[in-house]
Amino acid sequence: MKVDRRSFLGLGLGAVAGIAISPVGAKLTDDLSIWTQNWPWTPVPPDGEITYDHSVCSLCPGTCGITVRKIDGRPVKVEGRDTYPVNNGGACLHGIAGLQYLYDPSRVRTPLRKINTRFVPVSWEDALSLVADRLGELREKQTPEALACITDTDQGSVAGLFKHFMAAFGSPNLLTMPDLESWLAKAAETLHGSGHTLGFDLDHADFVLSFGAGLIDGWGSPVACFKAVAGRKQRDAKLIQFEPRLSNTAAAADKWIPVNPGTEADLALAMCGVLLRENLFEPEFADGFKGGFMRFNAMVQEKYPVEAVADLTGVPAVIIEETAIAFAKAKMPVALPGKGRGDGAQSLKEFAAVHTLNCLVGNINKKGGTFVRQNTDYLDFPYPVQDAVARKGMAAPRQAASVQELTARINQSGESELKVLMVYNANPCYSLNDPSSIRTAFEKIPFKVCFSSFMDETAMVSDVILPISTFLERMEDVPSKAGFAGSVVGLAKPVVNPVFDTRSPGDAVIQIARALGGTLSQSFGWRNYEACLEEVAAGIWDDLIRQGYAVLLNPFPAEPVTTDFAFLAENPETIQPAGEYEFTLIPIDNIGITTTVPASSPFAIKTVSDRIIKGQDMFVEINPQTASGLKDGGFVTLTTPAGSARVRVDFNDGIMPGVIGMVKGLGHRFDNKYVAGKGVNVNDLISPVIEPGSGTDAAFGVKAGISRA
Amino acid sequence: MSEIENKTEHGSMDGATACAAGDPKNDTGLGLGVIFFIVAFLICFLSGWLLFPKLLYSKHEQPFNFDHVLHVEEAGSCDACHFLREDGTFSGIPKMVSCLECHTDEPMGDTPDELIFAREYVAKEREVPWFVYAKQPDCVFFSHAAHINAAGMDCKTCHGPIGETRTSRPYEENRLTGYSRDIWGKNIWGIKKNSWDRMKMNDCAKCHEQETGHKGYCFQCHK
Repeated sequence: MKVDRRSFLGLGLGAVAGIAISPVGAKLTDDLSIWTQNWPWTPVPPDGEITYDHSVCSLCPGTCGITVRKIDGRPVKVEGRDTYPVNNGGACLHGIAGLQYLYDPSRVRTPLRKINTRFVPVSWEDALSLVADRLGELREKQTPEALACITDTDQGSVAGLFKHFMAAFGSPNLLTMPDLESWLAKAAETLHGSGHTLGFDLDHADFVLSFGAGLIDGWGSPVACFKAVAGRKQRDAKLIQFEPRLSNTAAAADKWIPVNPGTEADLALAMCGVLLRENLFEPEFADGFKGGFMRFNAMVQEKYPVEAVADLTGVPAVIIEETAIAFAKAKMPVALPGKGRGDGAQSLKEFAAVHTLNCLVGNINKKGGTFVRQNTDYLDFPYPVQDAVARKGMAAPRQAASVQELTARINQSGESELKVLMVYNANPCYSLNDPSSIRTAFEKIPFKVCFSSFMDETAMVSDVILPISTFLERMEDVPSKAGFAGSVVGLAKPVVNPVFDTRSPGDAVIQIARALGGTLSQSFGWRNYEACLEEVAAGIWDDLIRQGYAVLLNPFPAEPVTTDFAFLAENPETIQPAGEYEFTLIPIDNIGITTTVPASSPFAIKTVSDRIIKGQDMFVEINPQTASGLKDGGFVTLTTPAGSARVRVDFNDGIMPGVIGMVKGLGHRFDNKYVAGKGVNVNDLISPVIEPGSGTDAAFGVKAGISRA
Repeated sequence: MSEIENKTEHGSMDGATACAAGDPKNDTGLGLGVIFFIVAFLICFLSGWLLFPKLLYSKHEQPFNFDHVLHVEEAGSCDACHFLREDGTFSGIPKMVSCLECHTDEPMGDTPDELIFAREYVAKEREVPWFVYAKQPDCVFFSHAAHINAAGMDCKTCHGPIGETRTSRPYEENRLTGYSRDIWGKNIWGIKKNSWDRMKMNDCAKCHEQETGHKGYCFQCHK
């Protein structure tokens, strides 16, 4: 017997026959087909009990009510909360992507301390005692005013705790970032006296005259504005948009009237002149006019004649006249100030001039009008316990009225008078104009503490970073603001335990005060932030706990309003952009891109058109009429007095000739592959121009040159 | 005879004998072939039936033994622990919070399983990582409420007499698909004797056809 070819044939046939009548073939075929349909490496979210938690979003000043869908306690989706008085079930793209911030790659996961140029993790106790030691030194030297603090807003109890801390510590140098709320408050203060702010009843107004307000581009409380704009057709309400470019809002408006950038205040004053000349102002409301109304009238007639303003603004005289008259004759007219989102660099003159239109037509504190109301003061903080050091510090002059004024002052001086800076939930080293000068000034301050959830540009220049829980991980009162008609305080509640070693900012402030001891400790007697909130918001606490929000003002303010024209009667100077170049570069707000804290989520950045950002390259809008020698989509170098940048051009007939539009919110420089490293930060190219009346940067743009790269 | 002639003569003779089946002396190739065939057949056949299922499925013991009989006696019925939530979703395997309606971190009996439960899970506030025999893949939507409440089916029709078991059998997981073996059924050939022996799509469709007159549409289960 020998093994030959036939033996192997037998072996093979036997194996095939044996397998064929075993279940291997049928079973493996089935399993393989299943395998190809359910790749085992594809993650499958675990199933479980579905629950919903109500909370409030504090990603932007919109303060929408949210409902978080959870599976077995794990949050999986953010939706708008039905019946919430601000957004009534609506949500924006940033809100619905809010969960991504929990796991954001740039989150600060533990307290960090900078040693040489590197951050090293430290415990909360070490970080707090380090901060308390440096602060304690200032009080020992009896120079508490050498502490400055920058917060994102002055509303709510966390901002209240910082204010309380600064008062107990003894420093008047508490500053807030410029947002729509602060600009409206400044305008209201200028025209109606301190302690006032403005709200706009856009849900009922029948004629909205918007001076560049991006009603569907993120202005005010975005979702409330979306709804108001969307409901306009049913109400037969008109929206007229003055803006240098065809924004989404301009495209949705009944009429888009292009206006040369930076001339909106002149336009508004010319329209005031028309109303006064035609006697179209409301006599009843005019009884409250004071402080130089006659001077104001004479000034606008003399300095802002329609023909001259038509040349300046690019808006034909007949359109100015017609629009002003239509505005005055409307039943419920509202004029809106605040270009784009209405935050950042804006002009007090412009806000005041636009709001003067509201005052002249007298649709104030009426349905569908402008609400001039007292600042909502639902928080009742006890008076801080101050020692002699604190009293001396508080008596010292405030260093500046705005962050940019402060940093300019530091940069001009040899050595910074400020020794310690605390920054809460703000990113001035990115979101203000010419951020490199802000960074330079910050570097001159010996010790900086950043209360931040993310390792952003400002956190990176800090010496200690105290990681703050995100809005989904902490409790906080969230008052409505930024031009919203009503006054609602929502209660944000933790819907998930902190993902990392983070704490509530309120707790961090209380703990620093406790560590300082003495009168600071006495001023902060609360067990923790929640106990503090319950005490200081006692008047609305039951509502907050029971329904998640409290309505403070309903339906609208009733107190009489007086209007002081002194500021405008002096005809303050209109801000001119820096530089001598041919074009005017203006920043553009895009609803898909955030411009302050936090930076956009990965989801949000994916919604942005590839005519704005494509890969790492960003586009600037330019009208083809003034783009001779350039190629659509080609690379160019933009040059401004503040710097230069390589970008691509997007030929766009929707932008005025001579104007270049560049989106805000790109060009981040921190460790986040989804958001950072894309495009250029337009603020890097804009030189700030401090407006005399407000002490705040009012550079609406900058002069720019463009050349093929 | 020349050498060439010699070879030719013998060569032709060799060919003739090789073709003659009756000559056992020269029948070496075919005989070995048959033997190889039979051996290979048997090895592959037996492997296919006996070894293949063992290789295809990995076995996992449950974290500890669970006595359904005892719990049914104490709790009353299946839905005491496996209940429908208010929103109609099915709670499935009970969470610790359900167990703690009766149990505490003090063992309720003296079985080693109870000890493991109390010490390793209750005391440490951990969920018990049970393996779920009847787990359908993520691509399948299944409503217990529709079958229990609307169709009036009992648990046993699909889950079998699991309520009558005193011990937890090992969970077997298909190494390729990750599915529980209960989906295909214990029988490797997929033969079922009872309604609960197998729970593949065709089993759903067959019952739906019998009960409703229609197999149902794709999107009813694959949403």
